[in-house]
Amino acid sequence: MPKFEFERGKMVPVPSHSIVPERDVDSAPVLEALHLGIDFGGLKAVDDFNLTIGKTEIAGLIGPNGAGKTTVFNLLTKVYAPTRGTILLNGNDTSGKTVSQVNRMGIARTFQNIRLFNTMTVEENVKVGLHNTKAYSTLSGILRAPSYWRREAEAHDRALELLSIFDMQDLANHQAGSLPYGAQRRLEIVRALATNPSLLLLDEPAAGMNPSETAELMENIVKIRDTFNIAIMLIEHDMNLVMNICEGICVLNFGKVIAKGTAEEIQNNETVIEAYLGKQKEA
Amino acid sequence: MPNFLKNKKTRRDFVTYGLVVLAFVAVSLMQANHMIPRMIVGQLVPICAYIVMAISLNLVVGVAGDLSLGHAGFMSVGAYTGIVAATSLAEAVPNDAVRLVIALLAGAASAALAGFLVGIPVLRLSGDYLAIVTLAFGEIIKEIVTCLIVGVDERGLHVLFNLTGKLTVDDLGLAEGGAAIIKGAQGASGTETISTFFAGFLLVMVALVIVLNLVRSRAGRAILAVRDNRIAAESVGISTTKYRMIAFVVSAALAGAAGALFGNGFSQLSATKFDFNTSILILVFVVLGGLGNMRGSIVAATVLTILPEALRQFSDYRMLVYAIVLILVMICSNNPTIKGFVARVLPRRRSNEEEVSADA
Repeated sequence: MPKFEFERGKMVPVPSHSIVPERDVDSAPVLEALHLGIDFGGLKAVDDFNLTIGKTEIAGLIGPNGAGKTTVFNLLTKVYAPTRGTILLNGNDTSGKTVSQVNRMGIARTFQNIRLFNTMTVEENVKVGLHNTKAYSTLSGILRAPSYWRREAEAHDRALELLSIFDMQDLANHQAGSLPYGAQRRLEIVRALATNPSLLLLDEPAAGMNPSETAELMENIVKIRDTFNIAIMLIEHDMNLVMNICEGICVLNFGKVIAKGTAEEIQNNETVIEAYLGKQKEA
Repeated sequence: MPNFLKNKKTRRDFVTYGLVVLAFVAVSLMQANHMIPRMIVGQLVPICAYIVMAISLNLVVGVAGDLSLGHAGFMSVGAYTGIVAATSLAEAVPNDAVRLVIALLAGAASAALAGFLVGIPVLRLSGDYLAIVTLAFGEIIKEIVTCLIVGVDERGLHVLFNLTGKLTVDDLGLAEGGAAIIKGAQGASGTETISTFFAGFLLVMVALVIVLNLVRSRAGRAILAVRDNRIAAESVGISTTKYRMIAFVVSAALAGAAGALFGNGFSQLSATKFDFNTSILILVFVVLGGLGNMRGSIVAATVLTILPEALRQFSDYRMLVYAIVLILVMICSNNPTIKGFVARVLPRRRSNEEEVSADA
């Protein structure tokens, strides 16, 4: 059944903007962005951004520098309030929600410039991610009530389990700020996963990684999707990574979507090639 | 070793508790043998109150990372509530110890309420702006308390708000046998001194347990996370305002209890005692002892409260010497050469120092 929405009081069909893989067609999409846009002063940083992400899809968001990719992430996670448009997360409207509320609704993210809790240990960083899944009241914490001991033990086990995805359980007691760059990126992913999301947003996960680390990361992203059965959307400049693991790719330029499709379609798209390499002068 | 002591930080906390108990026993023994100068004996209760103040301010400044310059305001709310509670219950509750506990709880509750109300506007800000606004609220609280005239008689409490400055105790219309408790700018006088060193020690222990347990719990991790990186904390579902508020209110409540202990330890207490200077003094304890370091706060509060008394022999030059000592300690504790020397002499210290901010 085609979707409908209100536009100037009339019911009109939503434009087709789905790049959802075959297996997810029957499940409800995890994310639907409809006519999303934000203005900074007179500049339309993102305009008319439409996207549907399937339940277990790995989607890519690419585009030249300054295209507005991170702005899209900031819109989806409510760091910025959208000027226009709607975001539906598992069918629920996220308008008026705060960053932390949207996280509790199911979006977790990592950051382009790593944002860890540097003075805390690796394990504590993950435990902060488990804040809402292993919850007990502040008072039981102060009084060390039975729920404190139970939940803390659960959080400890779960943190180590999550760290083992990236073989990081041995680093549990290291200070997060002292980890090497690649490990910090991986820790950010683990911390995001700890919040039990249905959609994971990765902002340049392979930045600063060497080719072998990137290859390992690619395997791990697919492994995370398969283990947790979640959707993943990533911004990445490493085209090898994007073309290999992303099922649907969305190309952004000057805040507008210029192409959507599979890796093959994107690679052969004239507009995309022009956006990246410029136009060839007619002879 | 019991299971829960295997955690390094839990072990560290228990060492802190142990050191405080040891210090209390040592001081009590010395006091029993008259080995402590009379001047210092009179300072024992205030020292405990200042230690609690330093611990509580450290929760806001060191752990939550919000620079608050109005902490004495919460102390005064607690002090005057505590004095009113203790004095008005003098007949209903004859036992001094029970009355003191009630006074401390009343002081803590009223200061927590004040902390919550002040926190609503203040915690929308951060950094320098927050510091200035807390400073302003500290002054406002002081001015409000200066306007209060409170008395008690057999019909209950009488409260006047002396905005014009023309009202006096007589305007309370106290029945015969009633007594004024707070007389506006003169403050409280004729308070029965029911605070004891033992009560002060217990309050220090309670404050330590509350703050350290809080820091090591889910809420404490959230508070530390908000301090380390607010955006990241929000992105993992932590409501930053809520956890900054928890730190602020718990801190205000402890300051209120400290105030009640302090207030019930003096027969005379004027409202101007809790001014900006007192807020800064407590901030000095926290900074000197180390941000997030509760042991440091305790030592700094003790030493800096005794120091002015111990320097009385310098008479006129007392505050000059005090200031110079303060400057020297600040310089020395931040000097890389001296830090390096200490690290070499005590190799274990270095690993502690590295994680000091998370490791209160």
